[in-house]
Amino acid sequence: MASILRIIAQRLALGIVTLFVVSIVIFAAVNLLPGDFAQLILGQGATPEAVEAIRQDLGLDQPPITRYFQWLAGAVQGDLGNSFAQANFASFAGTDVGTGQGSVAAQIAPRFENTMFLAGVTAVIAVPISITLGVLAALYRNSAFDRTANILTLSSISSPEFFLAYILILFLAVLNPILPSLSNIYDGMELSDRFIKTLLPALTLTLVVTAHMMRMTRAAIINLLASPYIEMARLKGISPMRVIVKHALPNALAPIINVIALNLAYLITGVVVVEVVFVYPGIGQLFVDSVKIRDIPVVQACCLIFAAAYILLNLTADILSIISNPRLRHPK
Amino acid sequence: MNIFIAIVLWLAAIAAAGWVFRFVGQKVTGNKPLFRDMSYGVAVGYILAAVLLVWLGWSYVLSRSPDQTIANKYFFLGKAVEGFLLFAASAWAFRIFGRNVGSAGTRKLFRSMPLTASFGILTIIIYAIVAIFAGAIAPYGQEEILGAANVVPGGNPAMGGNPDYPLGTDQIGRDILSRLIYGAQNTVGIAFATTVLAFLIGATLGFLAATLGGWLDQLLSRAVDVLMAIPSLIFALLLMTIASAWAGSEKGLLTFYMVVIIAVIDSTRVFRLARAVGLNIVVMDYIEAAKLRGEGMGYLIFREILPNATAPLLAEFGLRFCFVFLTIASLSFLGVGIQPPLADWGTMVRDLAQFINFAAFAPQVASAPLLAASAIALLTVAVNFVVDWMLHKSSGLKE
Amino acid sequence: MAEQLLKVRGLKIEGRSDETWNQIVNGVDFELKKGEVIGLIGESGAGKSTVGLAAMGFTRDGCRISAGEVEFDGINLVNASAKVKRELLGKRIAYVAQSAAASFNPAHRLIDQHTEAPVQHGVMSKAESEADGMELYRKLRLPDPENIGFRYPHQVSGGQLQRAMTAMAMSTRPDLIIFDEPTTALDVTTQIEVLASIREIVEEFDTAAIYITHDLAVVAQMADKIKVLLKGDEVEEADTRTMLSDPKEDYTKSLWAVRSFQRPQKPYVQTGQTPVVSVSNVTAAYGKVPVLHDVSFDIHAGRTVAVVGESGSGKSTTARCITGLLPPKQGHIEFDGEALPLDYRKRNKMQLRQAQMIYQMADTALNPRKTIGELIGRPVQFYMGLTGKEKRKRVDSLLEEIELEPSVYYNRLPSELSGGQKQRIGIARALAAEPKFIICDEVTSALDQLVAEGILKLLAKLQDELGLSYMFITHDLATVKSIADEVVVMKDGRVVEQGPKDDMFKPPHHPYTDLLLSSVPEMDPDWLTNLLKERGVDNIGDAAVGKM
Repeated sequence: MASILRIIAQRLALGIVTLFVVSIVIFAAVNLLPGDFAQLILGQGATPEAVEAIRQDLGLDQPPITRYFQWLAGAVQGDLGNSFAQANFASFAGTDVGTGQGSVAAQIAPRFENTMFLAGVTAVIAVPISITLGVLAALYRNSAFDRTANILTLSSISSPEFFLAYILILFLAVLNPILPSLSNIYDGMELSDRFIKTLLPALTLTLVVTAHMMRMTRAAIINLLASPYIEMARLKGISPMRVIVKHALPNALAPIINVIALNLAYLITGVVVVEVVFVYPGIGQLFVDSVKIRDIPVVQACCLIFAAAYILLNLTADILSIISNPRLRHPK
Repeated sequence: MNIFIAIVLWLAAIAAAGWVFRFVGQKVTGNKPLFRDMSYGVAVGYILAAVLLVWLGWSYVLSRSPDQTIANKYFFLGKAVEGFLLFAASAWAFRIFGRNVGSAGTRKLFRSMPLTASFGILTIIIYAIVAIFAGAIAPYGQEEILGAANVVPGGNPAMGGNPDYPLGTDQIGRDILSRLIYGAQNTVGIAFATTVLAFLIGATLGFLAATLGGWLDQLLSRAVDVLMAIPSLIFALLLMTIASAWAGSEKGLLTFYMVVIIAVIDSTRVFRLARAVGLNIVVMDYIEAAKLRGEGMGYLIFREILPNATAPLLAEFGLRFCFVFLTIASLSFLGVGIQPPLADWGTMVRDLAQFINFAAFAPQVASAPLLAASAIALLTVAVNFVVDWMLHKSSGLKE
Repeated sequence: MAEQLLKVRGLKIEGRSDETWNQIVNGVDFELKKGEVIGLIGESGAGKSTVGLAAMGFTRDGCRISAGEVEFDGINLVNASAKVKRELLGKRIAYVAQSAAASFNPAHRLIDQHTEAPVQHGVMSKAESEADGMELYRKLRLPDPENIGFRYPHQVSGGQLQRAMTAMAMSTRPDLIIFDEPTTALDVTTQIEVLASIREIVEEFDTAAIYITHDLAVVAQMADKIKVLLKGDEVEEADTRTMLSDPKEDYTKSLWAVRSFQRPQKPYVQTGQTPVVSVSNVTAAYGKVPVLHDVSFDIHAGRTVAVVGESGSGKSTTARCITGLLPPKQGHIEFDGEALPLDYRKRNKMQLRQAQMIYQMADTALNPRKTIGELIGRPVQFYMGLTGKEKRKRVDSLLEEIELEPSVYYNRLPSELSGGQKQRIGIARALAAEPKFIICDEVTSALDQLVAEGILKLLAKLQDELGLSYMFITHDLATVKSIADEVVVMKDGRVVEQGPKDDMFKPPHHPYTDLLLSSVPEMDPDWLTNLLKERGVDNIGDAAVGKM
């Protein structure tokens, strides 16, 4: 047990270091901007005095390393700075930086929740379906079912998310008005209502993620079924069901966990485009809007959140597959 | 709620039919192994597949119905069935063509080729021709604003179409067909250039890391780990924000930045693969033999390693191209990718998207954005089919 | 005598490749009585494993039984339903696989896998089967039989796992067990323990068995009768003693004859002669793990020194030290009396050229993308500076030297050659450098016996013609007997004993050499019985403990 704890501790430490380095990369990237934020906020025609005032306000006169650690310290405490777009320039003279209506954290929080809801609904639909289909495809490999599934999943993976989104809108919202094509979600709406409005974007994401997950599950299971101990189990005259449940599944756990985590991580990227198509008020849409108006603090914060979620999921997958490996769980 | 009851009833009927199917099969064939050892799930699978096929056929019949509302409702399904049959037939014809024309090597290749792969190759060839000769094929220029705006696709004047513009025109009166054709040149061309750049960077560094090892390998691998910890589309969007500030109003420069940014981000994935492939080859005895002979680094990389890495690298090139292509399409769709006035499929989808809402009464109008989107999907599907076949072939050879 | 248990008649099996079915077994017949053991023997690709599995009514993916009958106790397994077959498998017919390490499920304890078949088939309760399992472990002389079952497969050594798998096959007291090369992956000293325990338990429970192997000496110990297969065809069948003493078919005779090739011992080397290669006090480590301790030996001109040892003994590492791939921590290596730089990168072209290497796996030793001409031509050009016609001439003469027709093979790729031909190309590539000294690293162990024989004869011929010195790394003592002049025995990174071949094969030996020599199976059906008597059963257990 000691060695497994040590391995997990190592992975955790590595994850934290990665996140730290990623935050440096994001901060450094933003600091590559020509001129500085102050110039950017006020535009080309600003008077030098005004620029200087904002620069002092934002602490831009300090060296980058100091600013990085200030930003990082704030980010750790949930203070992600002020949004340019929401900021009332006059309020920059005030002192309530990071708490007011214009704070990035206040903007992101509700949207983050929405995105998590969308990702959650998607995962609940996609994971069971794709694992089942993947296992079936592996069991009946090279059958007509497997070949059809192969063609369909390849096509689904190859299609841009917005294509799948519009196809679903076409069939489920326009031609057969079953689901709403726009996801106008607001505070205090009923859960069932919210679920119905989330369903179409969630189904779009499901199509993409299921295809990936199913193919990966299939590959993992086929790999597993080829192992001599499965042949041994079959030669013991055990029922096919028991071969799968007792012999394949315990060993398939690690690869399947990996597949799920990888695809949830993939959701993070997919969510951006889908949110834009369905005007879903999530963090992805906020991110794209901020990119267009160059609202740097928001972009920076969203980027950090996406990266953190991505790293966290990969880390979880890593640790779970270590735990589910009998060789590591029962060392010599 | 009715719809859910209907679904449950259908499922129950299929489940029952599955049982009946197997039972009858066993009786009729005198317990042949096919039915004797058939599990219940497989029997249900057969019934399910039959129901789906019948439904698709019936939809096609309905799409040709004289009743305009019903025909409109099934217009897209009907077109999808037609399209599928057309693709399958042309892939089949192309395969026969390939089996009888060309050198002995290519003929042998076509003989063992699945239909999906021959469809993929045919599609890629057509896209390449369209992209290269876009200027000669397109009836109008990509930026040319013509007389009529919002002409309905289909070319039927009775329905608001115009035979001069077979696929109609967009909101400001540009010919959609011409823009689709130029889109092949712009979108595919830019994605191709980006992939080549990503490969030059990624493969070179990857092989260097694999052969040299040591601190260079460590440094590059850790750097790639960090870059890959940021989701690629998110990272691309972040960098595009900065690039757009750098480029200012120069749209061409922004497109150039986009190529570089995506190439760098994707080169990390290429690096990983090239390094892994390289490491697998480096441990081979023939590399050891060459080292012990006293061969130099250049000979090792170009004469011993590279020839053995072409197959996986080629497959990766196809996959990478798909990713790059989809990333660029997504960026353009989000409005930060290829900039107007260059015609581009992603941007076209975004601009024409609202027409989908007319699908119920004017399906032709709604097909314009879907055409642009399927132009993207078709190419990536084609490339993926070919890559899938290549990977299958190379893994089959190993056994 | 007992009734017929298994009848296989006209068995034909097809395998699928490139979407077409090709026949891989062309009609095999045999019968097996209760308690009888048949040995299936043949080279790789003979179809013996396929036949063995088909005797259980089982075919691997991509194979199918196309004709014939497999009748087990009156039930035809070929067209039996899946359910009927499931009731027989694991209960009345059991299987022991080649690689026990891969065939035990890593997720479950040994005893849980042991009890699965008896419990599932309703033969015994879980508790009964567990107790029985421990009894079987004791019978098979596994250490600590009460507790070893509660370990996971990766916590148990290879030889022990193989015995645990035999115990598992025995768990339901089946009528028939198929042993599929159960000792091929094991070292000789471990192999003998497994062989002895398998034979004992099969005799005790009067179980019929099909014993599949490529090793004649092994099958001679185990089987009552032997069937020889070649490329899916039946060659001949006879009871073991008749088959060994009086084989009928030419192919069988040639298999038997392999063992007869032996070079005479050359006169001993005179003292004072400068050796071609001299390894003195070499100590080496992979990182911090020490692998070689104070290894010294000499190789003289025109002589073959065989370095013998089991896996992990450090014989290949010694070769890596000599070639300079793994610079030793201590000690030095001399060539013709001059010290060689320890790192190969510091050696000059001349020094590199003088020592060449031939590898075990010709598949990984030849770049699959290069033609034979390019493979052999490169060292010719690199060291001799020959180009164009002269290079071609030299390559042609090298190909003739290794007995391959130049005009046929010059433009071929390695994948178009057979295993033995590929190994010949490896030899030609080494010869192209015109070396004085060649390291042969297990060059024959991946090859079938007849082919290996050809390679050994070729190497001997080349040595006589060119005065080469060989360092011959092998685990196979038969190979040592046939080609070596001097022998170095290694164990755990140390040289245990060394000397001229004739001395080494005569007592007195170092105890390890003795164990090694006596463990090599001989073609005498009584060999194992006599050996066990000689050693005493407890002695084998001691040897096992000593090895673990």
